[in-house]
Formats: sequence, C-alpha cells, structure tokens
Amino acid sequence: MEQNQAAGEIDPEFTAYPLRDLADAALATARQLGASHADFRAERIRGQQIGLSDGNLETQFDSDDLGLAVRVIVDGTWGFASAVDLTTAAAARAAKEAVDVARVAAAINSEPIELADEPAHGEVTWLSAYQVDPFGISVADKIALLGEWSGRLLAADDVSHVDASLLQVKECKFYTDGVTTALQQRVRLHPELTAVAVGADGRFETMRTLAPPAGRGYEYLTGTGWDFDAELAEIPGLLTAKLAAPSVQAGRYDLVIDPSNLFLTIHESIGHATELDRALGYEAAYAGTSFATFDKLGSLQYGSPVMHVTGDRTAEHGLATIGYDDEGVAGQSWDLIAGGVLTGYQLDRRIARLTGLGRSNGCAFADSPGHMPIQRMANVSLQPAADGPSTSELIAGVTDGIYVVGDKSWSIDMQRYNFQFTGQRFFRIKNGQLAGQLRDVAYQATTTDFWNAMEAVGGPQTYVLGGAFNCGKGQPGQVAPVSHGCPSVVMRGIRILNTVEEAGA
Amino acid sequence: MSSQFPAGQPNSAQPASAQSVLSPQAAVERALAAAKCDDCVVIADEGSSANLRWAGNSLTTNGVSHSRQLTVIAISRSGDQARVGVVSRAGLRDDQIAELVAEAEHAAADASPAEDAQPLLTPHAAGPAGVAWDSPPAATEIGVFAGFARDLGNAFEVAAGGGRKLYGFAEHQLASSYVGTSSGVRLRNDQPTGRLELNAKSADLARSAWAGLGTADFSDVDVAGLEAGLAERLGWAARSLELPAGRYETLLPPTALADLMIYMYWSAGAKDALDGRTVFSKPGGGTRVGEQLASLPLALRSDPLASGLRCSPFVVAHASSRDSSVFDNGLPRGRTDWIADGCLTALTQTRHTAELSGLPVTPAIDNLILAAPGATGSTADLVSRTSRGLLLTCLWYIREVDPQTLLLTGLTRDGVYLVENGEVTGAVNNFRFNESPVSMLSRITEAGSTVPTLPREWSDYFTRAAMPPVRVEGFNMSSVSQAS
Repeated sequence: MEQNQAAGEIDPEFTAYPLRDLADAALATARQLGASHADFRAERIRGQQIGLSDGNLETQFDSDDLGLAVRVIVDGTWGFASAVDLTTAAAARAAKEAVDVARVAAAINSEPIELADEPAHGEVTWLSAYQVDPFGISVADKIALLGEWSGRLLAADDVSHVDASLLQVKECKFYTDGVTTALQQRVRLHPELTAVAVGADGRFETMRTLAPPAGRGYEYLTGTGWDFDAELAEIPGLLTAKLAAPSVQAGRYDLVIDPSNLFLTIHESIGHATELDRALGYEAAYAGTSFATFDKLGSLQYGSPVMHVTGDRTAEHGLATIGYDDEGVAGQSWDLIAGGVLTGYQLDRRIARLTGLGRSNGCAFADSPGHMPIQRMANVSLQPAADGPSTSELIAGVTDGIYVVGDKSWSIDMQRYNFQFTGQRFFRIKNGQLAGQLRDVAYQATTTDFWNAMEAVGGPQTYVLGGAFNCGKGQPGQVAPVSHGCPSVVMRGIRILNTVEEAGA
Repeated sequence: MSSQFPAGQPNSAQPASAQSVLSPQAAVERALAAAKCDDCVVIADEGSSANLRWAGNSLTTNGVSHSRQLTVIAISRSGDQARVGVVSRAGLRDDQIAELVAEAEHAAADASPAEDAQPLLTPHAAGPAGVAWDSPPAATEIGVFAGFARDLGNAFEVAAGGGRKLYGFAEHQLASSYVGTSSGVRLRNDQPTGRLELNAKSADLARSAWAGLGTADFSDVDVAGLEAGLAERLGWAARSLELPAGRYETLLPPTALADLMIYMYWSAGAKDALDGRTVFSKPGGGTRVGEQLASLPLALRSDPLASGLRCSPFVVAHASSRDSSVFDNGLPRGRTDWIADGCLTALTQTRHTAELSGLPVTPAIDNLILAAPGATGSTADLVSRTSRGLLLTCLWYIREVDPQTLLLTGLTRDGVYLVENGEVTGAVNNFRFNESPVSMLSRITEAGSTVPTLPREWSDYFTRAAMPPVRVEGFNMSSVSQAS
C-alpha cells in the first residue's frame, strides 16, 4: 500500500535503513585495506510507468531499485563495487571488493587519480521543489486522467490513434565521504500525449504535446506549471493542418526556433560539447570527444555575441538540479559561453584537479547504486535578452523563413560538429507572418556555423525550461535527466532538407 | 533548500541482519504462494557484471556489480476481462515478498482492463527452458578479465611504441531469469553477454579505427590481433582525401549492416503496422507481409539456438507494451524467418497482436541473422571486386527521421575509406547519412558470407548478431561531418 507522505519529508522507508552504520562499515573497511579515498552511497529509486493506447491501459510498471555503492582510490587507481543488500556485512564486502578491483586495475593504470578539494559541508539534507508526491496518488486516478485526456483527442475527426504516457521517478540518496554527508530526495515526471492521423492514402502524421518533463510533483498534471487543457485543445487542429500541409522545398531559410525545439539542439551541440571529460578524450571510444577542445577555452567563438550559456545545478524544477553531487560537491551556477566565447566547462573533482581549474562545479553522478559516478550534464541553458522581443516580434523580422516548434528526431556526430534535427511542426514565415504548416522538414548544420548565425534571442517572456529524462553516456551506459532553458531565437540561412527526398522518393 | 538534519537519528526499523537468503527459485515459490489474485506471474532476475574501461592507453573506470530483482504480475479476471498490476523491486528482503505481492494485487485492482488479456500458458505449451530450474546460480566477477587485462596491458605498450592510443571497453554480464506462473510454468534461462570494443587513434586523435566483438567468456579474445588490425587501418589513413556529400556505392561491413537491420527489426511490431503507423503498414489497412523487399534472395531470421548467439528460448516480459505482453511469459521462441527470399514473411507479435493480424505468433527474439544463400567472401573480397566505392567501418548516432519510410540518419565513424580498382587507396572524411534500411534492401547488390559481429551503435541493448558485408548502390551520404 502507498503511504501518503507529505512533501518536504525524505521517504521514511529509506531513512529507516541503517544508512550511517552501512557507511561506517564500508568506509572503515576501505581505509583498513589501504584506500586513500573512499565514498559511500545508498540509494532508493522508485519509478512508475503508465501507458495508454487509444485510451486503453497498455503498460503499468512500478520499479523500486535499492542498493549501496563504494568507490575507493587505492594507490592512485579507482575501484568500485556495489551491493543490493543494505546490511553492514554487504557494505563491508562491497568495500573489500572495490579495493580488490582497484588492485586488479592498477596494473593497467598510468594516470594517478587525484581529486580537487571541496569544502566540508557537514551533514545536510536537500529536497527538490514539488508539492504533491506522485507516488502518493493512486494508479487508478492517473489512468483515469490520461484516459480522459486521450478521449478528448480521440473525439476529433482526423485523430486515428492516441498514445498517452506518464513516467514518474523519485530518487532518495544518502552520500558520505566522511566530511560531507548528504541526504537528498528529488521527484520528476514526464506526461506525454501523441495524436496520430492516418490518411486514406496510407500517409500518416503525428502531433505530440510540448509539455516538458519537469522536476515537479503531481501538481504539474493538475494546473501548476503547464496548461494541459489548452494544449490538448489545439492538437487536433494542428494535426489536421499538418496532414494537409505542402512538403517543404529544400534550401536555406531563416529560422525562428521555439524553446520547445531549441532545448534539444542546446543539449546536443552545447551541453555535451562542454563536458571536459569528453573534450579531453575520456569518452573518445563511445560518446565521443568535442570540437571545443581545452586549448580553445577563452578564445573559441562558439556563437554570435548575443549567446550567453550557463551551466547550473540550481534552477528550480530543473531535472539536473540537486544540492550535492555524488562527490559531495555543492550545486553551483556558472558561465559556459559568454558573449559567444567559450569560457567554461562542466567538471568533476578528478577532471578539475587534472586541468588545474580549481574547484569542481559538481557534475559527478551515477544513475543508480550499481554504477560508478561519471561526469554528467548540468542544466545547460541559453539566457534570454533582458528586454528582448517576443516570439511574434522575432517572426515579424523574418521575410522568408520557417518557425520550428517541438522536438522530434535528433542526431549529432562524435565531435559535436554536424547535427540534424526535425520537430513536431514547422510553419512557413512569409513577410513576418505565419503562413501555414510545412511537412517533411529537417534542419542540418555545423555547430559553430549554426550558433554564429544566431541574430537575436527573445526576451524572458519567451523563456521555457525544456528537458529530457533519457540522456545517455558512458560505458556501462548510464541515463540521466537534464533540463535546458532557452528563449525563442532567430537563425539566419540554415540548411533545410526535405526528408522524403532524403529517403530517395 | 538545504538544511541540517539531526545527527544520529535512530534507524531502528529493520535489524541490520535483515536480508535475502532465499534462492531465486524459492523467492518465486514464496511469491506465488502468497498470491490471492486469479492468476500470477513472478519473475526473479539475478545479475552480475564486471567491466573495464580505458582511454589513452590507461585504465579509466572499472567495477563489479550484482543485481537482484523480483517482479510480481498480479492478474485479476472477471469474464473475458483481466486487470493487471506489475510491481518490480530490487534489493527486496525475504520478509517483504508478501508485501510486494499485495502491492501488485492492489495495482491490479486499480487498473483498467488490459487490451492484451490472454490465458496464462500451461507448462505443456510453454518453454523450452534455457537451463534446468534447480541448477546452481551462475555469476561473473572481475577475474573473468585476468588473462584479457594482461593482454590489454601488453597492447597498450605496443600501441604506445607505435605512436597510437587505445580506447575501449570490456564488459561481462551473467543474467539469470526465473519465470514462474500460477498455471505451473517454471522456466529459467542463464544469459552470458560479453563484449569488447577496441578503438585506436593516432596521437593527435585525427585518425581513428575501431573493432568490436561479442564473446561469452573472454577466453577467445585475441587482443594483439585486434590491435594489429587497427594499426593497419590507421596506416590506410596515411593518405587522406576530401569527398563531397552524395550517393555512393558503399561497402557496409557486418557491424554497420547489423545496426541498420536491428533498427528495422525493432520497427517491425505487428500492432503499429496494423494501426497504419509504420513502414510495414499497407496503405488502406493491413500489413506488408508477403511483399518483396530485397532484390537478392536475402534471409533475415532469429534463432534462439543459433551457435554462438544463443538467447532465451522463451518469452520473459516484465511489463506489457506495444510489442510485448505479460500474458505471454513462457511462450516458446523458435527459429523465425522475418524475411525469406527477399520477401517480408513475419512481424514481431504477441499472442494478442497475432489474433488481431491473423498472422502466426512470432515473438521477438534476442538475436538477428542476415544471410544471402550461397554468398561467400569477406569484406576484403568485396573490396577486391570494387572499381570505385566507399568502405565504411561502422555507423553511429542512428535515429529515426521519418517512420513512414523508416528514414534513419546517423554518422559514419572511425574510418571511411576510398576503394579504387579493388584496393583501399586512402581515408575519406566522415559523412552524415540519411537512409532507410527498408528501401536499402532493394539496393543491396552483393553480399559476402555471414559472420558474427558486434553492432556498434546498439550494443548496449543488442549484442547477438551475424551479418555479411554487403555492397549498396547509391547509399545517401547527406552531408560531410568534420568529426574524426
């Protein structure tokens, strides 16, 4: 049975575990066996997935992951081990295993591991900002709400199918390295509906809600932070217009890009490119490296002078927002790009020390107790212009262009140069006015060409915090949630492809 | 939102000794015995894994982990309707099993009727088992790399001596799944999964070459041989050329073909095809099963008993979704032809979608094999028969652009080579491609012999594949990527 738990309280089922005793057992064992550094994590991660197909329940899955992890440095080499039993014996065993792993690995390690200093924060707790714990709401209520929303869309003439899904996550984490001991909890959810139209000729189109995943509670579905009624009301009309829209003519266009699309372009072409572990080559065989190499810090003209990008762990409702990372580093906010120039990177304690950049900015995370922390993305956001224009004012400044709304397909190369994105909907802009939708649109560019083509950014009234639950990185693969805020922007002369022509039709 | 919390707060709810001592089999039996619902499925998953990762000729991260998860699927029936509740928990104590069952039953009571409702399988209709239910648990540990790590250390020295840097990842996993149902099914499968990716780069990182393989236990890995092969490919890149975007005759090695075929396989669900939403939908209704897709008599199949690619011979479904059904737990998975003689012959099905489509019950299987009957020869043989074309190493960041045609985009990675008059004559820049694996089938004009391969892009999810190298006419390189 669900326990109704007041927001603002750390899950009592988690804090009932003997977290300190487990940590003491692990850290003492690690030190006894020769570790120069040891840290301990215990985590409980609850997830719930609900999926409806045409209003019928298709998926209901509750997950509950619990475990502990010990990370050590022995003679300059990392060792990591995890366990599923939250007992002192299992914690001590994991510590021994981590030391054993470090000793096996030492033979092929030639870079001694050292960590940047971080102030001791003592004993701290941190909770994300939410009102209603989604795990306190009955599954029946959630199914009923998604079913009612699905019904509204299915009632429209052109809607053949409706997919509805709701992902919810609650993370509880206990971390200690002996000088900082942090007990933290955060909640996030992602509601999504997609309407599908299938034409008589077999052609099909989809239209999805733009509501971003958010570090909020169940209140997000009942009127706080997003107007689902308004969004659901306009989807059938948008879908009908998309089905009837002309196919785009490939070529170069000026683009006005909505935050609902641009957040993902920021994620791929700025977020990953400014991870210093990548830029230094540590992800070279898998996620890749970065064109924004360390020697270009302070000089690379990443984009036009109106470009100001920050990294943070502090944005309210941000998916990457947290009090302390998995190395005990307190959440911060800092510049990555100022005046269009690369001025910062995302760091963990090892990389900060290695590169002499001083203190870590708190980007070390593991996605579960079974994984070792790696450098993970902060909320990376493009700042609006203080007195900047509205989206319609930006559109008014374009004579021949396309307004891009909503994210869909994405792909970028292993150095973060060449990317291609599609979207939910594309509107033709003629003489500063929207002139109906276009189909089959993709935009393709090289990162620095694209951001240097940014003529203007919108004002704070256009700013939206978008994001994703499913950012993948590392081997073994880890998944992290992250938010990206941005205003609407104007880009000049971007290459537009026709995806039907690309398919050879 | 930071504040102090009281130090030394009592943590007295559970004794420190509370833990799981039951075997997975006993946990399944205890959960089934505790169930009060009409039908119940219990899945116990036991996993262990070990990994090593390296960059620039030095180890970076490593680890070992163990996992244990119990999933209870409670089914409440009334007439033809069934309501389902699924709750899965890791790190469960033995004294919490009954509580987990009650949570699943509660979720079932909350649920609306399941569209995919079916009777559970009888023991007679289910199976076959992968291994005996009662055999002792299998596990892996860091020692699986003992010989490999030594060879890798030697390869670091050889590479460093040649001005090369090695990057990569080795992982070994053992996953045991135990499926028990209130209808009497007891089935177990033990799945070893090992993979190695080795990437060599020139000291300035400007040139790159890649090799990967799947292995059951790392005893068969020739690190020195792989490193020598990568050194040869970096040598090919001594002459480099710039080529523009365009449609090229292209030789896809087995790993690149595997990544494209796997995405097509994942897009071959019968439900979405019936709903008119995929490349396999027939305009006006129904599916494209029966249509000719390839010009060569290609065969695409899955087979749980395929040598070197063995995988679970029965369905394990933790949750229902578009392409899986919890009611199908234990359903036999046998050799299935998805494409035969170049013709689409089957889509991935649950028993529910098979009823809707009127097609055979062909559940998805965890391996994929493409073969051209009678074809022989390696990638090198295809090169020798090429007057002018591109030879790829592998593909990367593959994403769907348009489901109507199954247009995919992605990048070439770690070596694109120009072939002229039967020989590699230099390395070429990388490209972004836009291609549909479905339309590409009709432009495969030649295939070599089928060999085991590691799908570079999808190996986090799918490692068991065997593919031939193929020649594709007019592969669409949409733009140049500056990445190296």
